[in-house]
Amino acid sequence: MARAERATSGKLVFQTAQKNGKQGGMSAMTGKNRKNYNENYIQYVNSFDPPTQHFKNCFRAFMVGGLICCVGQFLRVLFENTTAMSSDELASAVSVVLIFLGTLLTGLGVYDRIGRNAGAGSIVPITGFANSVASPAIEFKTEGLVYGLAAKMFIVAGPIIVYGVLAGTAVGIVYLFL
Amino acid sequence: MNTIFFDKKPRIISTGTIAGPKECAGVIGKYVDKTLVDDMFGESTYEKAECKMLSYAITKAIENAGMTEKDMDLLISGDLLNQIISASFAARDFDFPFLGVYGACSTMAESMAVAAAFVNASYYKNIVVATGSHFSTAERQYRYPLELGCTRPPQAQWTVTGAGGCVIAPKGSHIAITSATIGKVVDYGITDVNNMGAAMAPSCASSLLEHLKDTGREANYYDLIVTGDLGALGSRILKDLTWEKGCDIANNHVDCGEIIYNVIEDEYQGGSGAGCSATVVNSYLMDKLKRRELNKILFVATGALLSTVSSGQGESIPCISHAVAIENI
Repeated sequence: MARAERATSGKLVFQTAQKNGKQGGMSAMTGKNRKNYNENYIQYVNSFDPPTQHFKNCFRAFMVGGLICCVGQFLRVLFENTTAMSSDELASAVSVVLIFLGTLLTGLGVYDRIGRNAGAGSIVPITGFANSVASPAIEFKTEGLVYGLAAKMFIVAGPIIVYGVLAGTAVGIVYLFL
Repeated sequence: MNTIFFDKKPRIISTGTIAGPKECAGVIGKYVDKTLVDDMFGESTYEKAECKMLSYAITKAIENAGMTEKDMDLLISGDLLNQIISASFAARDFDFPFLGVYGACSTMAESMAVAAAFVNASYYKNIVVATGSHFSTAERQYRYPLELGCTRPPQAQWTVTGAGGCVIAPKGSHIAITSATIGKVVDYGITDVNNMGAAMAPSCASSLLEHLKDTGREANYYDLIVTGDLGALGSRILKDLTWEKGCDIANNHVDCGEIIYNVIEDEYQGGSGAGCSATVVNSYLMDKLKRRELNKILFVATGALLSTVSSGQGESIPCISHAVAIENI
């Protein structure tokens, strides 16, 4: 087999591209300034990246996400006809039930399987949020109820809360002046 | 010269291995000493299960050597968890000295090299080496909670649930460790923690080529060049890297991570973890060596020396590989 056929990039990947080779001495060299940082190699490795299947991913996310929304809508109609709740109360009740279902499926070990195939379809809805709180709670239960379960419960959901509140505040301020 | 030659040829006299159900469905299933039905191994946490697996591998290796704890002079062990807790906690069950080592997934080769050096120099007589890993403990430490509904990228590998060990002694078998090449830390700047194969391949190529240069051997001197856990993509890259340096390993290279799993579910590129090469080499390949179906193998285990802190700070992934030549004599 000829060399050209083997090396996908057509470049010599082993050859270190020493663009910043002059930097030496005792200074800490990190990132691209490091001595054996190899740009050719990075390009070569990136050439192996399989193309993202946008259509397939979007379709699956749409189907599963849509299904979860349908369940929510069904619950809303159900509560509307069976109870005397107001519109706001209905929204809360539906959310509560969906959060419960998301947590239950997480505990049963089903939600991660759904998530693996659905991608954003099961992460974005409120059930995904429930999953992101319940899954670390289960995981870190072994480290105690206070420092394990309770403290680590928000390692995944924490950023969502922080930036969610921040974005909400920003929108609120804009809204104030409109 | 980074290669040490063992003139007294320390022998691998026995092995002990244990692996999870998913691993045993593959090629190593027939050769391991114990297949786990339940990956908790009857313990309350995965960490305890990993420790117990390691303990089992050590005990079984000693037992298979026809020896007892009293005959053992040293235990060399390591694992993937912070402060190598599995190895240290397993060691408290044994009444002989313990040396903890860490080389991420390359720990098995590192331990073997150190043990062979000790035995060759006659400082110790019988040394047991063992490493292991567990999918669930590694996921917790390096990635996300198990039940989190996230997707795995196609470059990802699956940490092997398993442990393997062997006893190295001055004599007692025809399988010998003849030389070992201690690797350099190589980092070409890969930052993607899900692409371990690509991160580790350059260090693997470096150690492999260094070994061949030091020993003056061609790649085809070995019946098999076994790499640790590069996975399918990493193996492909390794072949390219070595080819470029005028060394063709296409015909006799095999990767433990690539071959360990039978079913392709979410493993994508194959297995990884300290337990990957430990189980494959100590069960499947040792059996082939014992039967003389293979006579000369070069075991190059690769390890990615990152932590969640370093990758969080945007550091690239430094990697290391150690090569150990195991031959029938």
